[in-house]
Amino acid sequence: MSPMHGADVLRSTFLSNAAFLAAATLFILSLRGLSSQQTARRGNLYGIIGMAIAVLATLTLPLHPHPLLLGTIGLGAGLGAVMAARVGMTQMPELVALLHSFVGLAAVLVGYSIQLDADPDPLKTRIEVYVDVWIAALTFTGSILAFLKLRGSVSGKPLLFPGRHLFNLLMLVSSIACAVLYAGGAELGPLVAGTAIASVLGVHLVAAIGGADMPVVVSMLNSYSGWTAAAAGFMLGNDLLIVTGALVGSSGAILSYIMCRAMNRSIWNVIFGGFGAEAPRSSAGAGKPQGEVLDIDHAALAERLLQAKSVIVVPGYGMAVARAQHAVRELTEILRGHGIAVRFAIHPVAGRLPGHMNVLLAEANVPYDIVLEMDEINADFPATDIVIVIGANDIVNPGAEDDAGSPIYGMPVLQVWKSKLVVVNKRGRATGYAGVDNPLFYKPVTRMLFGDARDAVEKVVTALRSR
Amino acid sequence: MKLGIVKEARPDERRVAASPSAVGRLVKSGWTVLVERGAGAGASFPDALYEAAGATLASTAEAWGADVVAKVRPPVLRPDGSFEGDQLREGATLISFLFPGQNPSIVERLAATKATAIAVDCIPRISRAQKVDALSSMANIAGYRAVVEGANRFGSFFTGQYTAAGKVPPAKVLVIGAGVAGLAAIAAAKGLGAIVRAFDVRPSVADQIRSLGGEFLTVQIAESGEGHGGYAKEMSKEFVHAEMELFRQQAKDVNIVITTALIPGKPAPKLWTAEMVSMMKPGSVVVDLAAEQGGNCELTRAGEEVVEHGVTIIGYTDLASRMANVASDLYGTNVWHLLDEMGGGANYRVDLDNDIVRGALVLERGELRWPPPPPKKVEPEVKASREGQLPATAVAPLVPKGKAPGDAHVPALAPPSLTTGILMTALGVIAMGAWMYLRYGQPEGLVAGDSVALLQHLTVFVLAVFVGWQVVWNVTPALHTPLMSVTNAISGIIVVGGLIGGSRGGLGTAELVAMAATLFASINIAGGFLVTRRMLAMFRK
Repeated sequence: MSPMHGADVLRSTFLSNAAFLAAATLFILSLRGLSSQQTARRGNLYGIIGMAIAVLATLTLPLHPHPLLLGTIGLGAGLGAVMAARVGMTQMPELVALLHSFVGLAAVLVGYSIQLDADPDPLKTRIEVYVDVWIAALTFTGSILAFLKLRGSVSGKPLLFPGRHLFNLLMLVSSIACAVLYAGGAELGPLVAGTAIASVLGVHLVAAIGGADMPVVVSMLNSYSGWTAAAAGFMLGNDLLIVTGALVGSSGAILSYIMCRAMNRSIWNVIFGGFGAEAPRSSAGAGKPQGEVLDIDHAALAERLLQAKSVIVVPGYGMAVARAQHAVRELTEILRGHGIAVRFAIHPVAGRLPGHMNVLLAEANVPYDIVLEMDEINADFPATDIVIVIGANDIVNPGAEDDAGSPIYGMPVLQVWKSKLVVVNKRGRATGYAGVDNPLFYKPVTRMLFGDARDAVEKVVTALRSR
Repeated sequence: MKLGIVKEARPDERRVAASPSAVGRLVKSGWTVLVERGAGAGASFPDALYEAAGATLASTAEAWGADVVAKVRPPVLRPDGSFEGDQLREGATLISFLFPGQNPSIVERLAATKATAIAVDCIPRISRAQKVDALSSMANIAGYRAVVEGANRFGSFFTGQYTAAGKVPPAKVLVIGAGVAGLAAIAAAKGLGAIVRAFDVRPSVADQIRSLGGEFLTVQIAESGEGHGGYAKEMSKEFVHAEMELFRQQAKDVNIVITTALIPGKPAPKLWTAEMVSMMKPGSVVVDLAAEQGGNCELTRAGEEVVEHGVTIIGYTDLASRMANVASDLYGTNVWHLLDEMGGGANYRVDLDNDIVRGALVLERGELRWPPPPPKKVEPEVKASREGQLPATAVAPLVPKGKAPGDAHVPALAPPSLTTGILMTALGVIAMGAWMYLRYGQPEGLVAGDSVALLQHLTVFVLAVFVGWQVVWNVTPALHTPLMSVTNAISGIIVVGGLIGGSRGGLGTAELVAMAATLFASINIAGGFLVTRRMLAMFRK
């Protein structure tokens, strides 16, 4: 198939393999760089260099790239750059989901390209094509649905119908049947059928997962997109794709695991459990939490804040929705100007993406050294004067610790109620995404600050300024 | 409905039942508020402010003629037999402090007017009632004022000082009884810089004392003084003995003693004996908040300030009235909440099913309703912490019982478990076996280059998974989002597949499909890396 001489082919292959090795190493270094804030930017740069080397090395392979192909790369890169420049930090979860879907789509197309070029002959290649296309299609449709859910175009409520486990099983069995058919004859038909089944399965798996579990879904899809790339690597016999795919795949798997542990649930529970809809209502306890919900107004909160020595802010998805991070930063600056220690407590599953809150706060110029993880700060609440909870609910629910009937019982939560005063900002009196009533609101140390997060925080800032 | 805010009859009472801001809220909840002229003068609320808040200024008779009359002190029964409460319209409601247990004759005279009487001092101490708990709001003020009065008579600094003229040690303050007043006193004394110790028979308040910076003193006898409704009960003889011994030791050391011990329905316990007073350093001060109930100190004289053995003993009974402005404001807020609890101006009624109203109801149209039937279930310790009362303080951190899952949270980097090791070894053995079979086994067809290549790729794959696993665990959680976007970008490596597929020379369907793959993968690469860069640039120290 190649008009080159044998020696040329060998040289070219050697060179490109060496380049691939360099690229793979750079990718590993890239992930390694993300282990700390100081080296993170360097890590990203390594990734870019690695990718550039990989693309260039591929082009030096004994191939005949169509001129249009280079234009395509340029077009894609341009589109990507525009997207990256224009996306708001609150929309990061959507962007990430969308990018996952592109990986899936690209891998599906690569698989079909091989199928269409010439019937893939050895049995091994046919199996690899099928596996690649199957995983890729699932990633693609799953990510698209996740994107729509995160964007709010599709309701975040889990879709659960009776017999859905049987449905999943049926689809799995028919996928295998298609695989066998395809492996036997390398016909296009069974491959298309397999793709269709995987697409439906991808949609169904994501549809069954509720809004609060989105961090797990997104990191799971991240993992899938990695396995997709690895499968493509097997298909093409390309070690670089395999290594990169494995890196990404295990990265996503670890993130999913971290998220699940942060919710005290197993990955199976998240994927198949349909949490949130059939959760038993807390019946063992008194049902509704005892006590009364007391509120506080902006001026009174401002006054209390000025009397405090230490303040912890607990942000949640509500802060992202209201885009309140800039107002929160302003509040932080004023308080720090008064010599009050202000810190942020981030629960692992706060927001709709792992690390979502950190990115939002960074965008608003909140210094990262006052943004702490749950494990770092949970012991400090008893010594804290005021905790301000902005748009978070389940991650500060004391029922997770002391109400065995609560659906989120056992999930590690931020123990905000141990502080001297907890001010909870909430738009209204509705329950959180997990559908759980929050006994925190009824604690004697708790005061509610009702209203849109940004509006409420801005009013507090104005009240602070006026003194 | 008309609500009358009347002037207090006792000349030494400066408080008023509602401040102008409370009147404003009452008007909003539908009341026609009649404020007696000059009612707020003692609390520095001129009539004009009330008018501005929406009240109608009224004569004494007009204010007393309202449907509901709110005041602070119980109506005064003078020795000549004239009774302040006689000015009430028949069937009207009176809201005030009443202390029905101590004032049976006042209750009797009120009953004669067929009045409905609600005693704010009888409001049950349940969480829901905190906002109407006037006893707590007044006790908070009294506790603070006790420190101020004590400091006023004390001849030295509260806070220790090093000056060019010499060293001044900090004052030592002992607070006996850590209820609302006691806790407020601890906070105030601490705020002035003193060393604060506090004693209480209820071990449960230890955390609250410590949270305010006080030192919790206790005796080594296991007995809880936890009584009904958050109050203390009387203690055994042994306990009292040990307690007295502790106090004698403290008497020699402390400069200021503030006593706040009360047992409901009984005279205040005598905790600070004449002997202890004599042991104190001259110039020391005792402030007795229980003076009205007989005093915790043997030498206290209610309403007076006396000096015995060189120690000033303050027995003022009007501490809250000495801060009439804020006291009236808080009391007015309590009254407003209570009236809201009863339906507000529009739907006002005496609802016997409401725990708060039932508990506080002494007379209903002249019929005695006190004492109320015992509450179904008394909640444990309820500390007042209404807005504006104890400044972010009197609330103890509620520690949930049982396990605290937060503590059991495992750190991120766990060493590989034994199971993983065994699993991997098993996998290795199986892979080796498979390899040997393929390499040296019989089926000729399988020992092809393909299978060897597959195994090589598998090796690379498994090793890469392990590398990824190790590397990613080190990523700080704050960077999880950039991690996702960067992995997103590098999974765009699928572009290699697109490139290979699109480089077969022609431009058929297969090539076009591969080109589309290239397009999407490049979007991913550029988008992922650039957005990561943008995000990382935002993180700053």
